Amino acid sequence: MNGTRPSPLELVCPAGTPAGLRTAVDAGAHSVYCGFRDETNARNFPGLNFDRAEMREGVAYAHDRRVKVLIALNTFMRASTTDLWKKGVDDAVAAGADALILADAALVAYARRNHPKQRLHLSVQAAAATPEAIAFYRDHFGVARVVLPRVLTVEEIARLTAQAAPCETEVFVFGGLCVMAEGRCMLSSYATGKSPNMTGVCSPPSHVDYREENEELVASVGGFTVERFARGEPAGYPTLCKGSFRARGTASHLFEDPVSLNAVELLPRLAEIGVTAFKIEGRQRGRAYVATVVQAFRRALDAIASGAKVDFNELRALTEGQRDTTGAYKKAWR
Amino acid sequence: MSNSQPRLSLTLGPVLFNWSGERWTDFYNRIADEAPVDRVCIGEVVCSKRKPFRDEVILSTVDRLERGGKEVVYSTLALPTTKREIRDIRDMVEAGYLIEANDIATVHLLGGRPHVIGPFLNIYNEETLALHRELGATRICLPPELPLESIRLIAKGNEVVEVFAFGRAPLALSARCYHARAHGVPKDACQFVCDRDADGMDVTTIDGRPFLAVNGIQTMGYVVTAATHQIAALRDAGVVSLRLSPQSCDMVRVIRIFRDVADGHMTEQEATEALGVLELPGPMSDGFLRGVPGVRHFDEVD
Repeated sequence: MNGTRPSPLELVCPAGTPAGLRTAVDAGAHSVYCGFRDETNARNFPGLNFDRAEMREGVAYAHDRRVKVLIALNTFMRASTTDLWKKGVDDAVAAGADALILADAALVAYARRNHPKQRLHLSVQAAAATPEAIAFYRDHFGVARVVLPRVLTVEEIARLTAQAAPCETEVFVFGGLCVMAEGRCMLSSYATGKSPNMTGVCSPPSHVDYREENEELVASVGGFTVERFARGEPAGYPTLCKGSFRARGTASHLFEDPVSLNAVELLPRLAEIGVTAFKIEGRQRGRAYVATVVQAFRRALDAIASGAKVDFNELRALTEGQRDTTGAYKKAWR
Repeated sequence: MSNSQPRLSLTLGPVLFNWSGERWTDFYNRIADEAPVDRVCIGEVVCSKRKPFRDEVILSTVDRLERGGKEVVYSTLALPTTKREIRDIRDMVEAGYLIEANDIATVHLLGGRPHVIGPFLNIYNEETLALHRELGATRICLPPELPLESIRLIAKGNEVVEVFAFGRAPLALSARCYHARAHGVPKDACQFVCDRDADGMDVTTIDGRPFLAVNGIQTMGYVVTAATHQIAALRDAGVVSLRLSPQSCDMVRVIRIFRDVADGHMTEQEATEALGVLELPGPMSDGFLRGVPGVRHFDEVD
């Protein structure tokens, strides 16, 4: 442990499946995050996530290797069905979760009331973007860490981190990028009827369609064309906010280019300003990808913690061939 | 329509768009004098850079509205991030105004004082609603994506629920300004290009099919939410207030239509037809309320 910091740097890695959990643990994660196989978590995709037995086994595997497990129940409880989420909280605690990642204020209240000693993290889906918003969850419910929305600049994160204490901050450093304030976006339910907040999905595969048209591949979501790819052009997943649209007579990626977040060059500064945890997005990504990214980021964080030089080239190479961005972390993005 | 049920009240939501000072003042003056609306939310919700223009005229406008018999509510920013934005909200709270909170930070700043909540907070179930009531919320506008069946479960028996019933539904907020981006200017030197679109900037698919609208950092539906087919159902569900969100069309007429249908002086079909002849910025929709995609028009099934 570095004596000048309140806590060591923590690499928080995605575990979409039991096998993915083992991969992330073996690759050097300090913590993994995962969720139950239902609408209580914001990656509610077929083939992903954990049943109760798998969760207990995953926690045992991680704990045997001194890796923490953070269990996400980060959607908003559906009216009159709140027992599903509360049972999820109870089961996550029973499974030995090191922390619960929650978004719904009433679920945070429930977890605090019924499991007074359980460590609670505030999900990015709660969109706490100011010291006052963080103070709300910290002062009312003793939230120990907040995952910051990707709408902030590094300097705003510095100010927030200082004012949030003793609540820790966690930031996304790699992977998918929400352009909108997370947890406050209804684009997907507008186009498909399924939304991150209510069903734990965004631009879901069930509503995605590809068709050939005039030598082009046309990708649509909910029947709305989101992108046209020329023959041979790699066809990315058509997420609504990263599609091509037309405004003022001009077609463009109006909201965001089809890029992913890579904040690697900002790691030293983020560590310096007191951010505790660095999160890699991608519970839906393959094991090889997770292993490569986790290993690279672990080496970088170890180097930062020991004052050694970080090999940025290795981390930059992770997105080679794809376009990446530091997103809102740099003010010019806005 | 039964008169034994409680009267549905009408809330005029804040103007979400960057209207010129003159247009904005004229709009509220007409509302003050002519519109049968119970309360009026006033104040900048989307972008703090627009706020100085509002501050110049807000006090005289509030005075006029109050003399017109309207309860005035001060709306606050939906995505405050800077110190100055928080300080402005704190000042309004400390001045003792009735505040509409649109972000959890504002709820924290209110510290338990009575307040109302706009459609930007994540209140998706009866327990989160109860938590906000304990914190001082006296009226709560639910997120526009909630279907009627959820609204019923949340609203029953508490007489605080308001539903977004007219206007382009707010769908998302971002740190990035899409108006500035579409005009190729930086956000910090945006030249207030958002003032060119009184109902938001239309966004179509690349095939030209209408889809969304952009209002600075806010993304909205292209379609116009219109709950005229659902008035009796909403009342039956326990909803006590309807939120009408200003568009550039004749809002006094919109308010009168909703007042008439809520009072049983007009059928839901007549109300829908009456709205249909106004110059709305897009086709009418109640998709979210019906539990189908929010973009669906009245007669479209999913």
